[in-house]
Amino acid sequence: MAHTLREVEESPTAQAVERVSVGVLASVGRRVSDMLEYTGGLTMLMWETAKTIFRLRIRFAETLNQCYLLGYQSLIIVLLTSLFTGMVFSLESAVQAVQYGFGSFVGGIVSYTVVRELGPMLSAVVVAGRACAAIAAELGSMEVTEQIEALKSLGLAPVRFLVVPRLLALMIMLPLLTIFADVIGVYGGQWIAHAQAHIGTQDFMASARQTVGFEDVVKGLFKALVFAVVIVMIGSYQGLTTKGGAAGVGKSATSAVVTCIILIFILNFVMSYFLYAGA
Amino acid sequence: MAEPIARLDDVSVSFGERVVLKNCSLEVPDGTIMCIIGLSGAGKSTILRLLDGLIKPDSGHVYLHEHDICHMRESQLIEMRTKIGFAFQFAALFDSMTVGENVSLPLREHTTLSEKEIFDIAMHTLDSVGLAHTYHNMPSELSGGMLKRAGFARAVVTNPEIVLYDEPTTGVDPIVTHLLTDTIKRLRKQLNSTAVVISHDLQSIYMMADYVAMLFEGAIIANGTVEDVRKSNNPIVQQFLQGSEVGPIPL
Repeated sequence: MAHTLREVEESPTAQAVERVSVGVLASVGRRVSDMLEYTGGLTMLMWETAKTIFRLRIRFAETLNQCYLLGYQSLIIVLLTSLFTGMVFSLESAVQAVQYGFGSFVGGIVSYTVVRELGPMLSAVVVAGRACAAIAAELGSMEVTEQIEALKSLGLAPVRFLVVPRLLALMIMLPLLTIFADVIGVYGGQWIAHAQAHIGTQDFMASARQTVGFEDVVKGLFKALVFAVVIVMIGSYQGLTTKGGAAGVGKSATSAVVTCIILIFILNFVMSYFLYAGA
Repeated sequence: MAEPIARLDDVSVSFGERVVLKNCSLEVPDGTIMCIIGLSGAGKSTILRLLDGLIKPDSGHVYLHEHDICHMRESQLIEMRTKIGFAFQFAALFDSMTVGENVSLPLREHTTLSEKEIFDIAMHTLDSVGLAHTYHNMPSELSGGMLKRAGFARAVVTNPEIVLYDEPTTGVDPIVTHLLTDTIKRLRKQLNSTAVVISHDLQSIYMMADYVAMLFEGAIIANGTVEDVRKSNNPIVQQFLQGSEVGPIPL
């Protein structure tokens, strides 16, 4: 039986399809708009922060305080994470390598991976879990309790007062933490290589020295510097845009950490690609 | 009425779909206490934020000393805000600093005074609100009424020309309400400044206000001395002042 176009358009199925299509389009539109708003807001915050730093409007005492809170207080967890990662990496590779007669390369493999990838990235992920959440939660609770507005009403710029000290502190401390992570990761690997695969310390270190150059260490530290910017800017932006009381603070902290860790993994790949692709 | 120190001129503000102020105009006379009354969510706090340049109107102008603050750059706004004190509803003291550090902060950031002078001024200001003994306390150690008074001290420590009080008597007992109202009156006299107070507390408004303006559905529907507003023929004003459920205000 033939139906007219009008009958088809007015049928319940067609109306349901239309409703779902409009719903999907609206949802995609909202997400794209949210993402553009987030990116725009973050870019503005970074621009404000850069301007404040270049004008040297820096609160040194607060920067030192943040070095302690964000950097020094993360030292133990960074060391533990790096130590056990170096150890497990060595455990997995050393025994196999010795079996196939490549025992003398284990030091190089472990240190190469730790210095170029694991040291900077793991330190950043651990610090992101701790510092990014702390920054988002602290600034978020200041936002919902009107303390950010109070700062503005006192003629003080929140970027200079809150964001810049945290950014400078982590730009100093994360590379330092990465150096510690590199050293402890390599020594952890060396210890397990000796204990499990009987690879001598001298052989391990000789292989490490041959494989890893100063340039690799510098590139790893450059990565740490970029990760520091990501951690502070994401945490600060999430915190400063918090809405909705205590629940909003929790949401900000969670989404700051998730966004930050995802960005660290993506940026780590991008930087490795451009920094080491020619090597 | 004295010359206005601050003025809203045909101001409209919306948050998303919600229209908060619609072609609202208001003059704040110099050297007086002006109270703004109205229903919860009527946009009273929005007026304070407009006067402090914390938000910008969708249309219209906000003037302070005949300078339109809507077109000021952030650096000009920062300079302007040093002439304005803002006492927040829940004080908004920085909880990582002591009460003394909170009160000293504007002096430390905006003046070249020595630490000794800053300490003396902050202590004197805290003393004027009866809180000199709390200089070294953290805000979390203070009661609600003390927090509000510490907020007053931080707002007035730089001798501002105009002080904005956002619901200063909300959530405190009648004795503290009386104390806070008295403090606002005394500070205005001491500083020879202007005060704009948002409040629902009619008793305290009658005690301190020189002028009262009532905000309803985004516009000022009554404005004048306390007596003028009390005698207003507007049934909305009368229903609000009597606290009656019966009348034209939709519940």
